[in-house]
Amino acid sequence: MTALMSKKIVGIAPMNRNKMIMSFIAEKTQALILPLVGICCFMLLWSFTASSIDTSLGKFPGPSAVATQVVNLIDEHNAERNKEDAFYIRQDQRNEMRQAKDPSYQAKVRAYTGKETFLDQIVTSVVTVLSGFLLAAVIAIPLGIAIGLSKNLNTAINPIIQIFKPVSPLAWLPLVTMVVSAVYVSPEPMFAKSFITSLITVTLCSIWPMVINTSFGVVSMNQDWVNVSQVLSLPKLVHIQKIVLPASIPAIFTGMRMSLGIAWMVLIAAEMLAQNPGLGKFVWDEFQNGSSQSLSRIMTAVFVIGLIGYLLDLAMLQLQRALSWDKSSAQR
Amino acid sequence: MSIILDISKVDMVFPTPKGDFTALKGVDLQIKKGEFISLIGHSGCGKSTVLNIVACIHKATMGGVILNNKEVTEPGPERAVVFQNHSLLPWLTAYQNIELAVKQVFKNKMSKTEMKEWIEHNLRLVHMDHARDKRPDEISGGMKQRIGIARALAMKPEILLMDEPFGALDALTRAHMQDSLMEIQQKLNNTVIMITHDVDEAVLLSDRIVMMTNGPAATIGEILDVNLPHPRNRLALAEDVEYNRLRSAVLTFLYEKQRKVEVIPKVEATESKQKTSDVA
Ligand SMILES: Nc1ncnc2c1ncn2[C@@H]1O[C@H](COP(=O)(O)OP(=O)(O)O)[C@@H](O)[C@H]1O
Ligand SMILES: [Mg+2]
Repeated sequence: MTALMSKKIVGIAPMNRNKMIMSFIAEKTQALILPLVGICCFMLLWSFTASSIDTSLGKFPGPSAVATQVVNLIDEHNAERNKEDAFYIRQDQRNEMRQAKDPSYQAKVRAYTGKETFLDQIVTSVVTVLSGFLLAAVIAIPLGIAIGLSKNLNTAINPIIQIFKPVSPLAWLPLVTMVVSAVYVSPEPMFAKSFITSLITVTLCSIWPMVINTSFGVVSMNQDWVNVSQVLSLPKLVHIQKIVLPASIPAIFTGMRMSLGIAWMVLIAAEMLAQNPGLGKFVWDEFQNGSSQSLSRIMTAVFVIGLIGYLLDLAMLQLQRALSWDKSSAQR
Repeated sequence: MSIILDISKVDMVFPTPKGDFTALKGVDLQIKKGEFISLIGHSGCGKSTVLNIVACIHKATMGGVILNNKEVTEPGPERAVVFQNHSLLPWLTAYQNIELAVKQVFKNKMSKTEMKEWIEHNLRLVHMDHARDKRPDEISGGMKQRIGIARALAMKPEILLMDEPFGALDALTRAHMQDSLMEIQQKLNNTVIMITHDVDEAVLLSDRIVMMTNGPAATIGEILDVNLPHPRNRLALAEDVEYNRLRSAVLTFLYEKQRKVEVIPKVEATESKQKTSDVA
């Protein structure tokens, strides 16, 4: 009887319902388990290969060596911060003592000049890449719109874009360094020269995808929308603001995501070559250092660089989802 | 009634890679204030080109367009267009789409509250006040087209241009929209040029039906006066002698005089005289 009842309630085929639940669970677990399986396989392969590669600096670092270094690097950071705090406390005490003895004494406050830790380098790199990228966006988007709107301007500028687009950051860097040294002279600079150099190199390399995509978005804008604007006799600026800019937002975001990826890659290379503070310099310093820990610290940096690149892209995607009207283009 | 729009001996030649293509030759039409004109013809004959020339989205090679005794050379809101594929801006809501037009056309003539009321009035006119804050991709094709019409009406145009406004809609929705349009026309008595490929739609809505010959070098073949009294009712008219005479006159023009041999086989053409009314 109960069996009959339940059969009635669930419908024609309890088999089918079970199948549905099963396939739902399978779907969910697949989304979770498959990446885990991938990571595990990678870890195994990595530790296996690592143990069989001998370098002049010892064995190639495996997962455990990297894990140790993560802890080390955080500890070093905390230790450095404690040292810094201690320095300032000592300085304050000294100054107070001297002032107590001699009230006319002018207290000397010196900044702590400690070594930059791994975490400091991360912050430096992220700030630099975002600044360089923003500068590029501020130039590229208006330029892209202008090129998209004017066929003549496009014909005039396109060869220049095509020539500069494939240039490696390493080629720009010496020029940028020299120009910055020559031009950016001020007794109290707001930013470090190294920061400006990295930033400009990043801008020079990441500007092109945004220019090209923005102008493409403008050119391939739906002709109907242009006709609407014409029928309304919208003034040029209103036309750009109300029609052109929103219409090309999806393409602009495509360009921005490409550019941000390029910017991050370029920055690490530039920091390595120019010895500018940041993750690139960290890698280079460790390489020069050549201690038994160097390789595992570099490997850690590699993962961090990859992770930050991924997070930057995710952030961009999130921004696109929030701002773009075209949800279909903001999927992945 | 006075002539509001004069399409004067218009030729249109498109330069193409294969040489010049004469789309229109000697199109000449005078339209009175408050008249509802249908433009009918096989697809590709040049109907949209005529409309775009009136809207000044295209510039006529020869001849010109005179509105209220003045030649027009630039697009403008006094010749509002309802485009075939609604052409609403997808990043704006229904209200904002109309607002963009109202703000531009009445920027110094209406206060903020007057604008708001006027936009809402036009949304009500097309029975779309409930979709006020919906974006185009959240509503159906018929609803989009209604908003497109509301946007055009909100510009208070001297002449309303509609390019196959209901062409993309299913038959039921289309009938619904035609009734709505008749109702609006009854209230506002606009001057309208509407392109259609639907013979029933043309007879039902128009005061005059302008039939175009096939291209290239298309021109006006015949003009048919429709003297059916308003308001018109599609069910009552189905049995009406005059209605059916007009209907078959249009069909005869399209399927006998301007038959497109390669597109529509003969058998189907005679059959469609009785049954279907779609041309393109
Ligand atoms: N911009 C253009 N360049 C070249 N040929 C065009 C252009 N626009 C329309 N035509 C041609 O003009 C003819 C009429 O087109 P159109 O007015 O769109 O026809 P309809 O609206 O009646 O279907 C077609 O043969 C089309 O190929
Ligand atoms: Mg057309």
